[in-house]
Amino acid sequence: MIGRSPPEPVQVVKERRDRALDALVRGVPYISFLGIEFDRRGDELTALLPFKGAHIGNPDLPALHGGATASFLEVTAIIGLGWSILWEEIESGAVDPATISPERLPKLPKTIDLTVDYLRTGLPRDAYARARVNRSGRRYASVHVEAWQDNRARPFAQATGHFLMPSRG
Amino acid sequence: MNNAIAGRELIDALPFSQALGMQLEEIENGRAVISMPYDTRLIGDPRTGVIHGGAVSALMDTTCGASVISLPDGSGVTATIDLRIDYMRAATPGARIICTAICYHTTRTVAFVRANATDSDEPDAIPVASAVGAFTFQKQGIDT
Repeated sequence: MIGRSPPEPVQVVKERRDRALDALVRGVPYISFLGIEFDRRGDELTALLPFKGAHIGNPDLPALHGGATASFLEVTAIIGLGWSILWEEIESGAVDPATISPERLPKLPKTIDLTVDYLRTGLPRDAYARARVNRSGRRYASVHVEAWQDNRARPFAQATGHFLMPSRG
Repeated sequence: MNNAIAGRELIDALPFSQALGMQLEEIENGRAVISMPYDTRLIGDPRTGVIHGGAVSALMDTTCGASVISLPDGSGVTATIDLRIDYMRAATPGARIICTAICYHTTRTVAFVRANATDSDEPDAIPVASAVGAFTFQKQGIDT
């Protein structure tokens, strides 16, 4: 095996990726306010919205507030897109995750527009969401996001949004 | 009860709207105005202190729903079918955001709503965001 470096230890790889994701998410107060968490498997992210009484819209049903759902979808889309940009940068070595700190946060994309489609009533329980970047160009990106609760095949809301890519460097 | 009065009680009681600090300013005949004071917990960009788009979306959704609830010929109940939000510019850090929603048309089953959100008292100021959406609608006294 001349001229080939040995693969990195798995802990080193995981630590680097987790640190980068944490830096992306932790600095945003609104994400903490809603209590949204992210589960990472390789480059795939699943957003989790643990149920809180404060997320309720109509207390008589009770159902999740459409605004809580819209916020969850938008956060998932922005972090999903931001993560896909950051992933390339850390895996290529362009950005060293050790240099990422609360003072030097990765820049996040900005929302241009978002269309939310309410498919079913959001139940008073945990919700999950995944974003898919359908196009990511130099300036603009188009992202689709789906949210579900008990059953992955029965989403309760989905959204498509357009985003302005963060300026590089 | 009058739908504007019932709507006021309903909107004031929404836990998520309360958590975001929303205050109902006006509600009557298919028009609603709700304000949301600046709050550091709602920041989306820590570099600038600008409020997260998701919080603005929540304000738009609530105000649009309130406008439908206030319709005098409606059942006083609604749910969002879809909502599109355009973000024209970042809200000024420190400023409260005021959203005005108008239900401009209803069919037997659907209410169509437009909304604008601004952080300025100037009537000609460019809105922070605008929205257009479709909401469920039922005429008063008609069961589906």
